[in-house]
Amino acid sequence: MSGKVVRYGRDNIDTDVIIPGQYLKIHDYEELARHAMEGMDPDFHSKKGSYILAGKNFGCGSSREHAPIALAHSGIKAVLALSFARIFYRNAVDGAFLLPIEIGEDAYQKIADGSEIDIDVGAGLVRDITAGAQYKMRPFPEMISKIIEAGGLFGYKPE
Amino acid sequence: MNITEKILARASGKSSISPGDVTFANVDKVMMHDVSGPGVIKVFEKLQKQGIDTEKLWDPSRVWVAEDHFVPSAEKISAENISKLTAFVKKYNIGRHFRYGMGQYGICHTISHEEAMVMPGDVYVGGDSHTNTTGALGAFACGLGHTDIAYVLLHGRIWFRVPETYYFHLDAKLPDHIMAKDLILHIIGEIGTDGGAYRAMQFGGPGIDAMSVQSRLTLCNMTTEAGAKCGIVEPDQKTIQYLESRGATNINPVTGDADAQYAKRFEYEAEKLEPLVAEPFSPENTKPVREAPTVELDKSYIGSCTGAKYEDLVAVARILKGRKVRIRTEILPAAISIYRRAMENGLLSIFLDAGATIGPPTCGACCGAHMGVLAKDEICISTTNRNFPGRMGHVESQTYLASPLVAAASAVTGKITDPRDLP
Repeated sequence: MSGKVVRYGRDNIDTDVIIPGQYLKIHDYEELARHAMEGMDPDFHSKKGSYILAGKNFGCGSSREHAPIALAHSGIKAVLALSFARIFYRNAVDGAFLLPIEIGEDAYQKIADGSEIDIDVGAGLVRDITAGAQYKMRPFPEMISKIIEAGGLFGYKPE
Repeated sequence: MNITEKILARASGKSSISPGDVTFANVDKVMMHDVSGPGVIKVFEKLQKQGIDTEKLWDPSRVWVAEDHFVPSAEKISAENISKLTAFVKKYNIGRHFRYGMGQYGICHTISHEEAMVMPGDVYVGGDSHTNTTGALGAFACGLGHTDIAYVLLHGRIWFRVPETYYFHLDAKLPDHIMAKDLILHIIGEIGTDGGAYRAMQFGGPGIDAMSVQSRLTLCNMTTEAGAKCGIVEPDQKTIQYLESRGATNINPVTGDADAQYAKRFEYEAEKLEPLVAEPFSPENTKPVREAPTVELDKSYIGSCTGAKYEDLVAVARILKGRKVRIRTEILPAAISIYRRAMENGLLSIFLDAGATIGPPTCGACCGAHMGVLAKDEICISTTNRNFPGRMGHVESQTYLASPLVAAASAVTGKITDPRDLP
């Protein structure tokens, strides 16, 4: 899957900026998407990104599943970050909204805003098509891989 | 094994378990509120479209529901969410539903201990990140999203990666001017907002033994701000008495083994702690109150699961008694039972005499939803738990997090004030 990167060069992007608290009463996914990233980037939608690139602890703060929902329904297929907050991570995977991909410092520093990238989960690679470079992603833990393959937690059959 | 590992091993039907293991644990109690509840209902609707059977919950007697984020309803969508949630409770015959306007109700994490909804040794999950709070009763208490809560409602279990545990040791009783809030801010300032990520944060030592259950709840509440999977305190006589006085019976406490392992140990000396604030825009931006910048505050907010338990209101009353507030001061007890005790013991008169306004229990302004949100450029000192951009209102408003003592002292002066420095 390939697409454009929206790069935020900062750590601790929290759920209050991904989808502000006043919208928690909304459960219509398309309506939530209209307010995605409203707390920090009013131009988010005009960037037409398929991926978000960010630093440490992406999605920290609340348990609101509205956060991965708002991003996924804005066209975001994966978030690439140095690390993720735990509830955002499991909401993204268990609800099959988007892929939370852990990357290294190298990819975080070098992939530029607006670059075209390709994600190859099978090969464990992030390819920067614009710059002609490629980076390893951290492999998903076994359990997470199985849930992703099953299309979310409800498709997963524990042994 | 330590307490967290023992609870998860028991709930997984295993004799032993280690950090890093992935396990499906049976859940003892599950909670949802008026934000996560409608989210779960939406997941149920999706499952029904996929032909998945959602007609029966695994055990409705183990499920309870709170109305807290958007009560009282300020507009139609919130009102409809409450009405949808109420229909869901009725359809599935859910055990307890704490309703705005019908006797006891309040913030879900406050209800969890005020109503003894969670017992020591339980695996307790809730559709809210501050579910960690209730780990102070010696339970494994962990926040989850809507899909996971829907899964628990139908299957009674959920997967966890067994966390490593960080142990936070406090050597002695906190001095009078220091509250549990100061200690947890101190810890978050030291380890950062991802310093406890994916881990259990356990509190112990003579200082924790000397602490009230309500103070322990404050500590565990803000382990969420360090990214932790859970916060936990081993249950003792105080825990048992706290729960029994709220109607609990048959309490079976679990504690760690003598050779319990911890990934890391942190030591704190009570006498060295200072009253702290966390400056905008992160709970890790901590600073001693006496070194805080001189800013003109617009408001002092005393509310939330973190800072409006009965003991928090007693601390506020200690400061406000015989004094007047110089800025807007809003005090919202976190549950009706707390409101009632505050009334019976004369706290509400002290607050009103000081010029403060008393509101009903609600998450309201803490999450920027309603009931007193901040305007652009407004500055608030707050007993709540988060101060991210826009958390309590406009994205260009600012929140300083502090203990109830500091928030009350600052209400009196209109500036960020150490309670020791009040005239």
